[in-house]
Amino acid sequence: MKHTKKLSAVLLAAAFTAGTANAAEKLSIYHWFEYIPQELLNKFTDETGIEVTMDTFDSNEAMLASLKAGAMGSYDVAVPSDYMVKILLDSGMLQSFESSELSNFDNIDGPWKDPSFDPGRKHSVPYQWGTTSFAVNRDVYSGDINTTDMLFNPPAEVQGKINVLDSQGELILMAQLHLGLEQCSTNRDDVKKLDALLQESKQHWASFNSDGAKDVLVSGDAAVGQIFNGFSTKAREEGANVEYAFPKEGYVAWMDNVVLLKDAPNRASAIAFMDFMLEPENAAAVSNYAQYKAGVTGAEAFFEDTIKNSPELNAPDGSPDGTFIQACNQEAQALYDAVWTRLKK
Amino acid sequence: MAKNTTDVRRYPGFFSFTILCLFLLYTPLIIVTIYSFNDSKSITTWGGFSFRWYQDIFYGLEAAKFKTAAWNSISIALMAGITATVIATSAAIGMIRGEPFKGKSLSFGLINLPLMVPEIVSAVATLIFFSAIGFTRGYMSILLAHIVFCIPFAYLPIAARLEGIEKSYEEAAIDLYATRWKAFTKVLMPLMAPGILSGFLLAFIISLDDFIITNFVKGAGVETLPTAIFGSVKQGIKPNIMALSTLMLLVSIFFVSLSYLINKLGERTGDKQS
Amino acid sequence: MSAPIAPLNAKKNPNAGVFDGIGLWLLSPSWIVIGVFLLLPVFMMLIFSFLTKEFRGGVIWEPTLAAYDQFLFDRGLFGDEPPTIEWTYITIFARSIWQAALATLFCLIIGFPTAYYIATRSARSRSVWLFLITIPYWVNLLIRTVSMKFLIRDTGPLNQFLMSTGVIDSPIHIVNTNFAVQLGLFYSYLPFMVLPIYAAVERYNFALSEAAWDLYADRWTTLRKILIPVVKPGIIAGCILVFVPSLGAFLAPDLLGGAKTFMIGSLIEEQFKGNAGNWPFGAAASMILLSMVLIVLMFYARQQTRAQAGAR
Repeated sequence: MKHTKKLSAVLLAAAFTAGTANAAEKLSIYHWFEYIPQELLNKFTDETGIEVTMDTFDSNEAMLASLKAGAMGSYDVAVPSDYMVKILLDSGMLQSFESSELSNFDNIDGPWKDPSFDPGRKHSVPYQWGTTSFAVNRDVYSGDINTTDMLFNPPAEVQGKINVLDSQGELILMAQLHLGLEQCSTNRDDVKKLDALLQESKQHWASFNSDGAKDVLVSGDAAVGQIFNGFSTKAREEGANVEYAFPKEGYVAWMDNVVLLKDAPNRASAIAFMDFMLEPENAAAVSNYAQYKAGVTGAEAFFEDTIKNSPELNAPDGSPDGTFIQACNQEAQALYDAVWTRLKK
Repeated sequence: MAKNTTDVRRYPGFFSFTILCLFLLYTPLIIVTIYSFNDSKSITTWGGFSFRWYQDIFYGLEAAKFKTAAWNSISIALMAGITATVIATSAAIGMIRGEPFKGKSLSFGLINLPLMVPEIVSAVATLIFFSAIGFTRGYMSILLAHIVFCIPFAYLPIAARLEGIEKSYEEAAIDLYATRWKAFTKVLMPLMAPGILSGFLLAFIISLDDFIITNFVKGAGVETLPTAIFGSVKQGIKPNIMALSTLMLLVSIFFVSLSYLINKLGERTGDKQS
Repeated sequence: MSAPIAPLNAKKNPNAGVFDGIGLWLLSPSWIVIGVFLLLPVFMMLIFSFLTKEFRGGVIWEPTLAAYDQFLFDRGLFGDEPPTIEWTYITIFARSIWQAALATLFCLIIGFPTAYYIATRSARSRSVWLFLITIPYWVNLLIRTVSMKFLIRDTGPLNQFLMSTGVIDSPIHIVNTNFAVQLGLFYSYLPFMVLPIYAAVERYNFALSEAAWDLYADRWTTLRKILIPVVKPGIIAGCILVFVPSLGAFLAPDLLGGAKTFMIGSLIEEQFKGNAGNWPFGAAASMILLSMVLIVLMFYARQQTRAQAGAR
């Protein structure tokens, strides 16, 4: 038996070393899926010698849940959207850095230097920014699509063929824009109206799918799909006859940011990565891959023509500006959580 | 009459059902294997025969990711398989050769508990456990969870083999002044070898294949092949995933065939002894 | 360890063996590993199901029945309306049972004749047939489910084939339907149905059928009245081996079903990995699933004991 024990002990020891050994510098990223080209990660490793591992999430809320479930301390950086940066910041899940630590800090584009979600940019740097509305398959429906009715009061042709994002923030804001309601309102009638609208519209929706949002449009499983503008571009490039809508009631605007997480095991690597992403050429590489715009001065010079002329990136004249999601206080958040839970069940 | 007696076993149509059964089981696998050689970038149209997607998994952009995932999968399966086999062998001897004791059936139930608890429930329970005791999830948490559910898979063939071996062999060894340990290593273990080996192979494959539990207990940046494949297919089935699936399919078939052959050989040697 | 003692022992207790006295020691590693890493976690899960949820994942250590209350009662949007029965989760559980039952039925329809056919082959070809049936089980379940999805997609090979042969004009929509989930479950667990029925038929004494035959019973009557009652334990074992994993399946509903065909497995996953982030509720749903499975297994154990008693 002694031998057996020894054997298991050796095995367990081997397991430990396999998990933790290797002194090379590392970086652990928690990122959106399909949002960074592998070439760029390889370039980062070539330039810095830092080995990168990456996990992906498909919504801001799922990322928060995973961090809360014990993943803090295992990732160095994450890439949340604007309102989620604020939520993370308010929950004390981020750590700050000095602008002097980043040699490319001044490359941050003017309007993004001092955003409301991270005043003074002490915890985050811009990654990409874009919009979220929805795309419509023009083979199925040829009428006017620039209205949120396409999601919440859909024409007969697309009923039952709608995919919405499995993402609380984006779907609820779209519904609020449709009804003309204030975000984070705790007015009971407002919340009831919102709840009723979502319950009513749900019967027309085929699926709640974020990571397959593009695939369902390309495969034809969905005729209308709530989607990020860059994904709509990709769906179009992959052969789907889809048009991205800029609804007159409004649509969601967002900026994703690289944040420095508290308890990051490799802080120096994280800083190096943030600096790397502020290099105009690298920011543009993400834009060319994901079809969004970068918040970095000088990145435009490296944009491919498809971005300059993209119908998804250039709203037609007369469209309203996109609306950013607000981080609500706990009381309001509990209400909207209840709305979401009722919607998803 | 003689004709009737053979006839009574036969039911017309049952053969067609058997063929249908095999057809249903194999068609999806064969189709994916065929399409993994598709030259086209689109998975729906056939663009000629090519190995490009196999090249892609070994030398393409995601090669490093797949390599790490494959290494994690194989090293975890190897260690979980060996540890579970050692534990299961010891347990099998305890259950079958040990002294009778109260709660033997309870012990049997405990060893086979991982088979009875639905996988998703084991996954949730393990996640809650690791999170409650503050154990950082990663490579180790996957390995520990795998050892647990591999034990019954290793146990069943080992116990089955041991039950077929008469006690007189190890008793003879003891009578010849061998220690218990010697009686085990020199006599009993060689006799049990086919069972132990096929138990290990089953545990190895089960660990290699696991998705649900791994998905719950894995930590930051640690992927096994199934979780890497799942992450990829959530966004749509890609041709390189089909190539990867085909390779994993071949690995599984290889190990099952190996286990099957070992068992066959074992049966033959078993016959000679009895 | 001296020679004279061993035979002495043997005389006292004819069953005494070499490993007498250390059996419990040999068993203890398996008890410890499974006890600590499975049994204890299940108990912790039970405790967690009675704790307060923390916003988006995790728990607060305050006891509450909220998770079970949420499962059973609807108290309106603001939580202040008089409770009514909450049908959502009951429906999901009922749907899972229904889907698993249908998958079991399909498996039985295909699996029984297959098992019977194989069991009546010659010993050599039997093992080859069996080997062919078991191979797919050892292929990664994820890969099998993905393969099935690929095959039945709207633009997949099945629809392409049917359209090119002119059987249909427009693709049959299978993915994201209940049928796709049943098909996926059927496909995942079919070998589980074949093996125990095969084992039962193999042990069956065909003299019984011959006797019935001699008494002018036709084939199907013999099958119904003689064979099936005798191999019933094998059929029940097969049904349980298919039904139980189908009940908690995650991959088939997730990949083949889409959001409209939520099953227990996907409901639980959503509480931990998805957007919902309600751990106590996920723990409660897991406990309910586990209880259901244990009830089925207990029913099975009783059946087996009864069958054995009958055989005697």
